[in-house]
Amino acid sequence: MEVDVLVLSVALPLCGALIAVAWPRRCEVVGMLTAFAVSVAAVLTLVQVLVVGALQHEMGGWTPGLGIALRVDILSAVFLVLVGLVVLASSVYATGYFGQPREKAHFWPMWLLLLAALNALVLSSDLFNVYVTLELLGLTAVSLAALSGQRAAIDAALRYLLVGLLGSMVYLAGVALLYLGYGTLDLPAIATQIESEPIAWLALCLMTGGLLLKTALFPLHFWLPPAHANAPAPVSAVLSALVVKAGFYLVMRLWIDLFPALLTPSTGLLLGIPGAAAVLWGSWQAFKAERLKLLAAYSTVAQLGYLFLGLALLFQLAPGPTRDVLFGGIVLMALTHGFAKAGLFLAAGMVQKRSGNDQISNLGGMAQRMPVTTFTIALAGVALIGLPPSGAFLGKWQLLSSALGLGQWLWVIVVATGSMLAAAYVFRVLERAFAGSSQPDAPVAIAREEWPALLLSAIAAVLLGVGSGWLWPLLGNDI
Amino acid sequence: MNLSSTLPGLIVASSLLPGLVIFFLREGSQFTRTLLNLGGAFAKLVLVGIMIWGVFHEKVYATRWTLAPGLELALHADALSVLFVTLSTILWFVTTLYAIGYLEHSPKRSRFFGFFSLCVSATVGLALAANLFTFVIFYELLTLATYPLVAHRGNTEAIRGARIYLVYTLGGGLALLLGAVWLHAVAGPVTFVEGGVLSRLPEQTYSQLKWIFVLLVLGLGVKAALVPLHGWLPQAMVAPAPVSALLHAVAVVKAGAFGIVRVVYDVYGVEFAADLNLLLPLGVMAAVTIIYGSIKALSQDNLKKRLAYSTVSQVSYIALGTATLGPIATIGGVVHLVHQGVMKITLFFAAGNYAETLGVHKVSEMNGIGRRMPGTTLAFTVGALGMIGIPPVAGYVTKWYLGLGALEAGAAAWVLPVLIISSLLNAAYFLPVLYRAWFLEAPVDWPNEHPRTGWFETTGALFWPPVATAVLALAAGLFAAAPYSPLEWAELIAEREYLR
Repeated sequence: MEVDVLVLSVALPLCGALIAVAWPRRCEVVGMLTAFAVSVAAVLTLVQVLVVGALQHEMGGWTPGLGIALRVDILSAVFLVLVGLVVLASSVYATGYFGQPREKAHFWPMWLLLLAALNALVLSSDLFNVYVTLELLGLTAVSLAALSGQRAAIDAALRYLLVGLLGSMVYLAGVALLYLGYGTLDLPAIATQIESEPIAWLALCLMTGGLLLKTALFPLHFWLPPAHANAPAPVSAVLSALVVKAGFYLVMRLWIDLFPALLTPSTGLLLGIPGAAAVLWGSWQAFKAERLKLLAAYSTVAQLGYLFLGLALLFQLAPGPTRDVLFGGIVLMALTHGFAKAGLFLAAGMVQKRSGNDQISNLGGMAQRMPVTTFTIALAGVALIGLPPSGAFLGKWQLLSSALGLGQWLWVIVVATGSMLAAAYVFRVLERAFAGSSQPDAPVAIAREEWPALLLSAIAAVLLGVGSGWLWPLLGNDI
Repeated sequence: MNLSSTLPGLIVASSLLPGLVIFFLREGSQFTRTLLNLGGAFAKLVLVGIMIWGVFHEKVYATRWTLAPGLELALHADALSVLFVTLSTILWFVTTLYAIGYLEHSPKRSRFFGFFSLCVSATVGLALAANLFTFVIFYELLTLATYPLVAHRGNTEAIRGARIYLVYTLGGGLALLLGAVWLHAVAGPVTFVEGGVLSRLPEQTYSQLKWIFVLLVLGLGVKAALVPLHGWLPQAMVAPAPVSALLHAVAVVKAGAFGIVRVVYDVYGVEFAADLNLLLPLGVMAAVTIIYGSIKALSQDNLKKRLAYSTVSQVSYIALGTATLGPIATIGGVVHLVHQGVMKITLFFAAGNYAETLGVHKVSEMNGIGRRMPGTTLAFTVGALGMIGIPPVAGYVTKWYLGLGALEAGAAAWVLPVLIISSLLNAAYFLPVLYRAWFLEAPVDWPNEHPRTGWFETTGALFWPPVATAVLALAAGLFAAAPYSPLEWAELIAEREYLR
């Protein structure tokens, strides 16, 4: 009974997608029910992991090596919950966002497949299965990104498709090398045998390289801003909040669980230096962006940079409480960004829909016209800048603290500069929103779209900061 | 319910929760909004009253909540926090009444009062903060809560002022954050303890501690408007009068000054800070600010701007008292937290009344205003005389103790001239205003006079707050030696800082 929830996280959205295809007239209801059930399954999984610890399920009773195994520990459980909640909120939003039956019929099956792919990726403990989920994720993400059918969206999606395929191929090459060297694809099994030898190094480089391309780590980020900025709002939300983070999740898993034998403290710089560059470049581009969704997309580039910068610091620390705390900080930043960015994209979608476009220069008077949406953007902004009481504040505190503890001032300067730039791009938007028209148009209120976005932002900006104290010690046990 | 572990949290929540509800009220639901505002303010008064009673009876109040390993959100009640909390709570109550009257018919009230409540919650939170981490959190929250208040009017000027405000305060917040994280990395979690906690650290950390002090004071100095970090304050004058009153008297500026007091006394320990040679630079910075602010105030024709520069100058008395070694100067600095607040809020209320009732914004328009609005002008006069340091208004107590403290510390050679020059300058920019107001002939028409309603020179909600705070300012000076007076409490604080 215990393990069934694990299977549900993957099986439910798969079945939901099939039903939605077969029954297009009711696809919205099917989609909502599935999203809700998957969130519940995710929360139940987390509860189970909290109670009994890490779980494994062998599909059909076949042992790993031959069969497919699903594995969950506290880290993957937390990501499952992130995926579940963000998808649920975006689904509620999508029921208001997509009006045409045709749009709905195209959207929901792909949406549920994407959800299945995300969950399967998080739960996979086999390198080849990870590849399969990556491909599925990439393909569904591309088709959703192209959903609007507009020229810019199609172009961006095509580029996204090619980059995604290239990334998975490179990753697969690395997997093949590992299989060649160690004769298995089961993650724990390889981890016990791996040594610092050329074949392992090459595999590490290929797999990481492929994933970084999919994660859009600077300078491999070029495809992300147009793809995320031109997708429909609920899709952008999930792409930016979850899909790119799947790549980060895998890199983190591989480097921490699979390749620790290869890593020296300075190897982390391979991730940290591009990360630092991403923070600065992404924030700067976000500051210069003229459209709200483009700003949000570049902000994703920057925020991913922090995560990799954090990993670079992590690998320099000796195992122990300090390292565990930093690890918790990185995970918390990833979660915070997931919720905040989803909230921001959903809000941007509302702005775009109400005023026809999302030019930042057109936002004047928004604070009065769309108070809830403005508040959503402000809360998301607080989390992106890393101000208290957001989860990112605690994460940044740990980043800074580790960097200072190691005496490495450059990281401190990067984080500080990135935060100031983030403040600049967030408040550039808020300033426009507060400015102008003292004669308000009647405030708009569309609860179905406003509230999911507001809740996501509030989770990022308040709940993860104030209510995550219990999570840290548990995360530490994982590494 | 166990009060000793919940009371500090409740005091923060008593304005936080009403504030959050207010955001979601319709513009028209005036009654509910007023009820929440006043209910929150009153509940806070009662809770603070209980706390004062408890602290006096040696009860310990502390609320703790773990955010992350080693990072605790902790609130507690020590003598210094009780002083600041009491000040904020009383003045918030008065300001809420005033703001309700002031904004009666303007748009966007729900948003205004929502952030207004958040602003006070943040102030009270940092007053009660038991460690540096908590202080940083509330310090940043204060920035976030005040930004929409400064930008409230939404015109170009307001947006510009708010942007300047934000650049300064977020920059300062970053410096404070870096200093706090660094200190955390060097010394572990830093709890505020009377007498300081850092003197036990090994000597090789001293050079780091000096840099950390620089970062912390830079961060706090922005809000405390120490020259050259004061540039935002005159720009933030575009905010509505109740906001200016709150910003200058209780919340923002005071948060910076309070933070400096905390860092010097309860983190470093004043003697240890003196050993590290950190106090003299701080003192010089404060002295320069005192003189500079006063000189700038002389030439401002805009009344609120003149008051703003006066704030720049006056708040630095707190830093000056802090930077002068010795319990007497400490008393002078700490008591000025209260005195400056009460006097300055009176002046801003009065300025708001002139603007709202008669459309008078400039000093040059104030001829004869004392005869049109005697009550307001009387309150203004009390505040102004207090700022100059004329007994029996509270300000003289501060200057007396600062002077004595400087003598005791052997710093008289430079502190006394600063005090004297600044008092002369205070007189030079306030007395002409008073002269105009009382002795010159009033114009036939005021710039934008609102029709008189009722008995008073203006509406009751605008009339009573400045009168009440003026009475407080007088009382703080007249009954300085009475038990429970701000001075008495400051003496208690000084005693604890030096004896432990």
